[in-house]
Amino acid sequence: MKIHEFQGKQLFRQAGVPVLDGFVARTADEAAAAYKKLGGSIAVVKAQIHAGGRGKGTIIDNPSQRGVVIVKSADEAREAAAGLLNKKLVTIQTGPQGSTVKRVFVEAGCDIARELYLGIIIDRANCMPVLMASTEGGVEIESVAENTPELIFKEHFDPAYGLYGYQVRKLCKRLGISGDAAKSANKFFTSICRFFVDFDCSMAEINPLVITGEGKMVALDAKITFDDNALFRHKDLMELRDWSEEEPSEVRASDAGLSYVKLEGNIGCLVNGAGLAMSTMDIIKYHGGQPANFLDVGGGANAQQVTEAFRILLSDPNCKGVLVNIFGGIARCTTIASALIEASKTVGFTVPLVVRLEGTEVEEGRKMLAESDVDIISATDINDAAKKIVAAVK
Amino acid sequence: MSILVDGNTKVICQGITGKAGTFHSLGCRDYGTQLVGGVTPGKGGQNVDGIPVFDTVEEAVKETGANATMIFVPPAFTADAILEAVDAGIGVIAAITEFVPVIDMVHVYEKVRESNSVLIGPNCPGLITPGGCKIGIMPGYIHKVGKVGVMSRSGTLTYEAVWQTSSLNLGQSTCVGLGGDPIVGTNFIDLLKLYEADDQTEAILMIGEIGGSAEEEAAAFVKEHITKPVASFIAGRTAPPGKRMGHAGAIISGGKGTAAEKVAALEDAGIVVAPTPADMGQAVVDAIAKHS
Repeated sequence: MKIHEFQGKQLFRQAGVPVLDGFVARTADEAAAAYKKLGGSIAVVKAQIHAGGRGKGTIIDNPSQRGVVIVKSADEAREAAAGLLNKKLVTIQTGPQGSTVKRVFVEAGCDIARELYLGIIIDRANCMPVLMASTEGGVEIESVAENTPELIFKEHFDPAYGLYGYQVRKLCKRLGISGDAAKSANKFFTSICRFFVDFDCSMAEINPLVITGEGKMVALDAKITFDDNALFRHKDLMELRDWSEEEPSEVRASDAGLSYVKLEGNIGCLVNGAGLAMSTMDIIKYHGGQPANFLDVGGGANAQQVTEAFRILLSDPNCKGVLVNIFGGIARCTTIASALIEASKTVGFTVPLVVRLEGTEVEEGRKMLAESDVDIISATDINDAAKKIVAAVK
Repeated sequence: MSILVDGNTKVICQGITGKAGTFHSLGCRDYGTQLVGGVTPGKGGQNVDGIPVFDTVEEAVKETGANATMIFVPPAFTADAILEAVDAGIGVIAAITEFVPVIDMVHVYEKVRESNSVLIGPNCPGLITPGGCKIGIMPGYIHKVGKVGVMSRSGTLTYEAVWQTSSLNLGQSTCVGLGGDPIVGTNFIDLLKLYEADDQTEAILMIGEIGGSAEEEAAAFVKEHITKPVASFIAGRTAPPGKRMGHAGAIISGGKGTAAEKVAALEDAGIVVAPTPADMGQAVVDAIAKHS
């Protein structure tokens, strides 16, 4: 689960990770009021969408309007907010359709001495969280990793203990931080690592992380993703979820316990198991077709879930045919067959349907389908199934 | 022989009184596994279709001599269940449970690696030595006693591969589902070592997917240390970057973990890579032919 920058900064503040003062605004007037409340001579108005790259992003139909604007008066704050709110911001991460800005964050300006980068993820190779810091802040970290990997410094840490003092000293040395800034960095690094573990993050990224003229380390950004599997122990975080930032069909699928990702093609896929679902997409493409989605109905799929899955697939106007590929393990072919028959009654199939069943209770499942009046094209194996659906949608 | 488990393995199920635990314990017993007991705290003294239930793993081990376990407890308690099995000295631990918090696995991983236990999973179908011992949720009938060691990060895709190798009469020595999570107890390299040392295993089929670098690391290991023919398949060639494909681990991030990179690394190590998921069995045949 992702959250907005202003939400991340609220959590940072509670966890003792230094941030600047700021207020969230839903209208241009609120933004102007926020500027006055901050009381400084400079502030930054930042569009709140989940996607990154906002600073370089622009509003559709108004390319001079950037997603992050520096303002020096309440009027400028109002104007910047008016230019962003309820408009679509396009960044390198949103895709060409952009993402609607529903809120802006008006944040106090600060005297920036240095811009650094900080990210924490779980390193799969070492099976430990790793803090990555770089002197190259404010730019795309991917390009730093590509061109100058020696400028990214990594420290793995034990989640039970956090970062050791020597690791902080090592990082400061490499980043060229000393004096008061090093003291501030110690507090910052220690608390951000603790935050990462306590809140079950899967990613926390601060770009830029700045050192102010007064030698304070401050998070100027907060890009946080939580581990969905751990949300059960962070019920309060669920309130931070912004459903409008998520693809509606994906939300609907997730409510039904399905794993679904919408894609651009025209062949709907209904598969059990993530690996098999990916492979089914692959073989469709191999035979010249384009998958409309990734959909894993999961291990314990029941009739309601499969019916809902069909509804989601068929509600995609691009969908010109559906391939059902089931290799029953926990999921029994009989369950899928009866769900398919049920779905044909309640949803109604308007496009060709190719079905491949194998695994637990396959004979009974095939028999049920054969005896029903559902119009299906049956396939003997994954290759046959892919060929048949590609031919059917042509 | 085989790896990790065989007909002599004595298995318990942690979470045996739950719906999935009961269903699959009986399924494993029907297959021929020595399913000697189960554990559910507070339900010691009961039985599940004649299988005795104990309060603790320690007690179950003492009473039954169990040396393997499969875990079906809910995700919030999975880390605890794994550590209880390690503490009781269980040799092979298969954690079937999905949706386990990643940070829990960071805590568990180190402790398991320091012990003598082997952890398979979590979020995996389990492991099976055909004709000897099935621990997990895979359909038993698709397997056949034979010579291919099958290891995979995906559940149903493993069934697909097994089905193909059975249809081609190659059969399997031991099939292991490693699990689709970012952190799992056992990786490809751990199993490559075991397959290399196993007499029954004549060829190895490694099924990977996008995300992470486990396949690249395995490819480098094969190049250096494996003398047996190896075939592979990578799922997710068409997956777009930044989108998580069901498995928490299956995501292309920052341009890393793409199928193309993995295929290149595998081919560089002399591994035969199946172009489509329909060709996994044939890739093993080709790898064996190329090798001899």
